[in-house]
Amino acid sequence: MSFSFRSDNRLPQTRLAVVSYIIVGMIGLLLLGFWKLQVIDSDKYGQMAEQNRVRSIPIIAPRGRMLDRDGRVLVDNRPSFSVLLLRDDPKLVEQYLPVISDGLGISMEDLHEQLQNTRNLPKFQPIVIKPEASSADLDFIESHRSDIPVLEMLSVSRRRYLPGGFLGHATGYVGEASEQQIEASNGKLRPGDVVGKSGLERQYNDILMGTDGMRRVVVNSVGKEMKDMRLTEQEAIPGKQIQLTIDYDLQQVAEQSLGARPGAVVALDPRTGEVLAMVSRPTPDPNDFAVRIPKEEWRQLNEDPLRPLLNRAIQAQLAPGSVYKIVTATAMLEDHSISESFTTYCPGYGTFYGRQFKCWVYSSKKGPTSHGTTDLHDAILKSCDVFFYTVGMKLGIDRLAYYSDKMGIGHKTGIDLPSEEAGLMPSEPWVERVFHRKWYAGETISVAIGQGAITTTPLQLARLIGGIASGGVFKQPHMLKDAQNVAEVKFPLSEHTFEKITDGMYGVINEPGGTGGQLKLAGIELSGKSGTAQVIGYATRERMGKQKKFEDNAWFVGYAPKRNPEICVAVLVQESGQHGGEAAGPVVRDVVKAYYDKKNHKTSGTSTVTADQHESAPARSAAVVAPVVALKPEEPASAPAHTSERDPNPQ
Amino acid sequence: MKDAPGTRDYDWWLLAILAAICALGVIEIYSATHASGLAGMHTKQVKWLIVGFVLMFILSRIDYHLILDQAPILYVICLIALAAVLVLGNSRFGAKRWIPMMGQQFQVSELAKLIIIIVLARFFAEVRSDELDLRDLLKAGMLVGVPLALILKQPDLGTALVLLPMLAVGAFLAGLKWQHAGVFTLVGVLLVGAVFYPPVSKHLLKPYQRERITSFLHPEDDAKGSGYQLLQSKIAVGSGGFWGKGFGNGSQNQLGYIPVRYSDFIMSAWAEEQGFKGVLLALGLYMALLLRLVQNAQRAKDRAGMFLVMGVAAALGFHVLVNVAMVIGAMPVTGIPLPLMSYGGSATLFVFMAIGLVMNVRLRRFVN
Repeated sequence: MSFSFRSDNRLPQTRLAVVSYIIVGMIGLLLLGFWKLQVIDSDKYGQMAEQNRVRSIPIIAPRGRMLDRDGRVLVDNRPSFSVLLLRDDPKLVEQYLPVISDGLGISMEDLHEQLQNTRNLPKFQPIVIKPEASSADLDFIESHRSDIPVLEMLSVSRRRYLPGGFLGHATGYVGEASEQQIEASNGKLRPGDVVGKSGLERQYNDILMGTDGMRRVVVNSVGKEMKDMRLTEQEAIPGKQIQLTIDYDLQQVAEQSLGARPGAVVALDPRTGEVLAMVSRPTPDPNDFAVRIPKEEWRQLNEDPLRPLLNRAIQAQLAPGSVYKIVTATAMLEDHSISESFTTYCPGYGTFYGRQFKCWVYSSKKGPTSHGTTDLHDAILKSCDVFFYTVGMKLGIDRLAYYSDKMGIGHKTGIDLPSEEAGLMPSEPWVERVFHRKWYAGETISVAIGQGAITTTPLQLARLIGGIASGGVFKQPHMLKDAQNVAEVKFPLSEHTFEKITDGMYGVINEPGGTGGQLKLAGIELSGKSGTAQVIGYATRERMGKQKKFEDNAWFVGYAPKRNPEICVAVLVQESGQHGGEAAGPVVRDVVKAYYDKKNHKTSGTSTVTADQHESAPARSAAVVAPVVALKPEEPASAPAHTSERDPNPQ
Repeated sequence: MKDAPGTRDYDWWLLAILAAICALGVIEIYSATHASGLAGMHTKQVKWLIVGFVLMFILSRIDYHLILDQAPILYVICLIALAAVLVLGNSRFGAKRWIPMMGQQFQVSELAKLIIIIVLARFFAEVRSDELDLRDLLKAGMLVGVPLALILKQPDLGTALVLLPMLAVGAFLAGLKWQHAGVFTLVGVLLVGAVFYPPVSKHLLKPYQRERITSFLHPEDDAKGSGYQLLQSKIAVGSGGFWGKGFGNGSQNQLGYIPVRYSDFIMSAWAEEQGFKGVLLALGLYMALLLRLVQNAQRAKDRAGMFLVMGVAAALGFHVLVNVAMVIGAMPVTGIPLPLMSYGGSATLFVFMAIGLVMNVRLRRFVN
């Protein structure tokens, strides 16, 4: 069957031409579309392709170590793994969250909270959902590598500190950078970076902290890493190590000698300002903070009335008690307004401005006694309050404030640790500024024996006594061994003053009747001054009244040798209920002895506590020979449950 | 109607353009698959090209008037085959499109396209007036409507849609009245509107089709579905920039971010690796191909020849438009391959056989 086609073969040429134009127009439109994508928006899509392709995994730079003055490691790192969650694809994350929660043992609420907290970070940046992965966690991730594409392991190094909080307050601890720190760092820090949070970790963070590197891997469309496609790797630059002035041996003796009692020990070399040991009790173990502090634990630490986070060596601002009498004595000799042969009669109390002020000897354990007639030397030896009341009254607060100020009371020592406190030296301008009233002359009487509004830190006292015993050269305390240009304050004392004062402090320990008689060390010119300070000062007393019983704080600041000392140790034992010489003195003696043992090439750390050990220092000799880790609280039951520091901001 | 066309009468320009496009396709198929489990796909494609070339030659030698004579029988065969696919066909990717033949899976709808081109050419050539009246228009609509419904039933929206431009171009050249054109355009616009309007489209489209529409409109909401495919395609194209990332260097391509990068999205892979300059070359070749077809239609001996050639041009042009527009995210995913570049047996054979018809018409333009 054949069909007859139209014989007329005229073709619709116009309409064919229209079709050609349509074709050209169509191709033109498509090209415009490509032009938009490939030329105009090319950069944007280029970045998107790169984000598709490249997964960046940080390489954590290890922090620098901390060494002691002899190169022994005090703080180093240990390897560890963190679990990362890749958040590029929110849908995938949501999908796998229950499996992850189950497999890693993290609650769904916790995971959701972490995601919520990091929602403002760029999507391609993974977040740490478990900082410390157990080996079971690692197995879980490894075995689900192909079917859970949103998990990744991150090799990290964790801080390792000596156990039991050894040197913990000085070293400080590390943690994830806070928002404020990130903001203040001018882009140097990113969320999740580990930085020093306190102590030396914070002070020398820039040195200790390295620069994290970046491992960039190519991943295909199902998230599989393409091992054969190498990208340039940005290597991590490890942090630099720092060498401290701390002497591990002395530190160990100081830690053990103070034991679990709340308080502080600071050992300085007054010739250089080097800090040889620094202890503060109670102390948390910074290893507990090396990963992430659980909220509850952090809350407890902050609310603990014993304030374990406080570095008492530089932050406890307490009345120095009788230790301050050295300043009063120095002022008396330097000022020349009072004869050096000036004496007082001490019947156990004195009456000034119509009010009776007791001498400590009046209320001592042996019952009301007196010091009788005392001169300056005797007064230092026996710590006679009546003598210094009188000297204080004669000098007046202006002179006391002048000398105190010159010798650093009320000023930060400038040690290379964050958050040092300055203490306070009261004065007429101070009461006018703060309380808008006149200075009561009676207040001078208290201040003259280191009571009243005056407060100091243990470090200040170590610097003060060490400086006076060095003839008035006060070196800035510091912790970094190769510190350059150590600042010093020179307040030269006359030769006469120097001799009188150092003779007095030598007598405290080495002459009959001295308050530190039990501390005598054969062959070592151990000198010093004890202090027993009432806990509450004027401000607190006004607020709290006398409903509570406050035990005294025991101080002892000792040094050796008698003049131009090599070592000066300030010890604070809080609320021991004992006198400074009894509670704090033996710690000073232990540390000084350890210093000389080491210097004379004897084995360090062995106890030489002998039979002449005073009965008032029980059980401590045992602590000296005990290993570092076996710190046993001595009086756990009697630990006071109230705030032991003065109001840190009297203003 | 006996004739003996010589080899010099073949459209060598057309063949050259064709060869160039095929070469681009093979190169990109190689680049997209050589490093994966699909390696070797380019040689398969070359085999299909050779088979296609032979078929083209054979088809060009049989006088197209003889073929047009058999249009009614071909039409019936076409309908039976489409019905058979629905009953017997093998399912792949959730659609019944394939029947086994000589150890290969063939997509019957590709053959249907070719037959509808022939049937429409026969129909329009028989129209006796210069203007197409409504009766003839409706008849033509019926001729296309039945196979279209069968293909939609598979379901294969893409191939079904290709039948419409064949009808439209044929009717236009057969003297479609402007009023009718206006009405049909309106209907078309309404239909497209309905497809994109969810309350209506849920009665018209399968869920997977509606999903494609949604993800086309909001690609970012659909991170791993077909919106993801479109987005990844756009990223590939855009990241290629003007100069391209170079052969075998497209990360979107090599790492598998581009969906079916060797087939429907081959233009995406090409654009990533060769850049805008490569796109210019490829689209330039397609434009040359299409214009060359129109030119052949203009020089056809008779209206039947013209309708055959323009049917082919309409089908190929629509393929290029819809596929490339999809690659740049301007149209939803429809599953229409890019002629001669995309990997695929049936589709390649269809294009070569269609070009065979064009050659056929050309070879006979001076005869009689």
